Amino acid sequence: MVSFDAASGLPLHPLAREAWLAALDDGWADPARLYGSARRARQLLDGALASMAAQLGCRVDELHLSPNGTQALYGAVRGVRAARARVGSHVVHSAIEHSAVLHACGEGPATSVPVDLLGRVSLDAFEAAVQPDTVLACLIAASHEVGTVQPRVEVPVPVLVDAAQAIGRTPLPSWDLLAGSARKWGGPSLGLLAVRTGVRWVSPWPEEGGFPGSLDLPAVLAAAVALEAVSLERVAEDARLRPLVGRIRAAAGAIEDVEVVGDPDERLPHLVTFSVLYVDGESLVMALDAEGFEVSSGSSCTSSVLEPSHVLVAMGVSTHGSVRVSLSRWVTEDDVDRFCQVLPQVVARLRG
Amino acid sequence: MILDCLGQKCPLPIIELARAFPSVAVGETVTVLADDPAAEPDLKAWCRLRGQSYEGRSGDAFLIRRLT
Repeated sequence: MVSFDAASGLPLHPLAREAWLAALDDGWADPARLYGSARRARQLLDGALASMAAQLGCRVDELHLSPNGTQALYGAVRGVRAARARVGSHVVHSAIEHSAVLHACGEGPATSVPVDLLGRVSLDAFEAAVQPDTVLACLIAASHEVGTVQPRVEVPVPVLVDAAQAIGRTPLPSWDLLAGSARKWGGPSLGLLAVRTGVRWVSPWPEEGGFPGSLDLPAVLAAAVALEAVSLERVAEDARLRPLVGRIRAAAGAIEDVEVVGDPDERLPHLVTFSVLYVDGESLVMALDAEGFEVSSGSSCTSSVLEPSHVLVAMGVSTHGSVRVSLSRWVTEDDVDRFCQVLPQVVARLRG
Repeated sequence: MILDCLGQKCPLPIIELARAFPSVAVGETVTVLADDPAAEPDLKAWCRLRGQSYEGRSGDAFLIRRLT
């Protein structure tokens, strides 16, 4: 069985797994306490925070950890609105943000900016959507569903960059607020929100300064180790995975009535999505699973809400028969070649 | 021509449309009745891929014109 769904989650990086296991013995205490084992835990936490901040290009005091990436996104939007209430509450966002951003933005006045067929936001429309009472602009670094890397925006308001798929994969655009998820880079479930010094943000929870509740310290240590590891591997993995994704794009695109979606060049190195006309996504996922390949789908029949992916709809591409493939360090060239061989047979069989 | 695909999940309405399309004359229209939430994006995308014209929707009725 080969996981082709790194964008949803992937096994712990081997070094992160080691760190996590070691931390179970060494870093279980509450870092906020004053006794010996707690001081040890505090040392470990400080080291992990310093390491993550360095990898992300921010200061330690700009970095907040959250239980997961989704909560980081909610916290980012709500915290800016709360801090900048005197200016206004209007928010600008692309139509292809993560649903947590869309939900949080929808709690107040918001303008959704469309994307083109490749999933690229219109820069002119994005910049024109900013009003005097706009307090935040949200633009994902690269689409988690189709891989398109977004152009850089210049707006006179703070920009929230959802970098869940970009961290450890591709250089980050400039940001005022940065959200991420350790699960996407080979760490355990842990989110982060970095807020540049000078950007007005307050915790939308009663707790001082950050996200509520105590941290899972072994998870934090493992996340930091994983981020260091993938950052070191990034250039080599990009060079390895980009052409492999290129092979999948070519193989899928060669099948009749299959459209490969997303920007062919300005894209994440590891992710590709295609739409197979006349076949439902659930059948494709199940048939590929039976062949040993785990993929995800943006089709409504595979979603918990039975709605098609808002990203695919915003792009204007077909939503049924959608397959998203995302590769990781665990995937080999042979796996990809076998996938390219099997895919046309699976599609032909399902179209029957 | 009217294709009643109410109650059908995507891609069934698209499959029905593709099957029926050869019998639609160039310049004529076909109305697809569909209530699946994916029907609108998928009919639009099908028209774009096939070089046909998506003329719009009225409730659950989608109007498609054959161009080629």
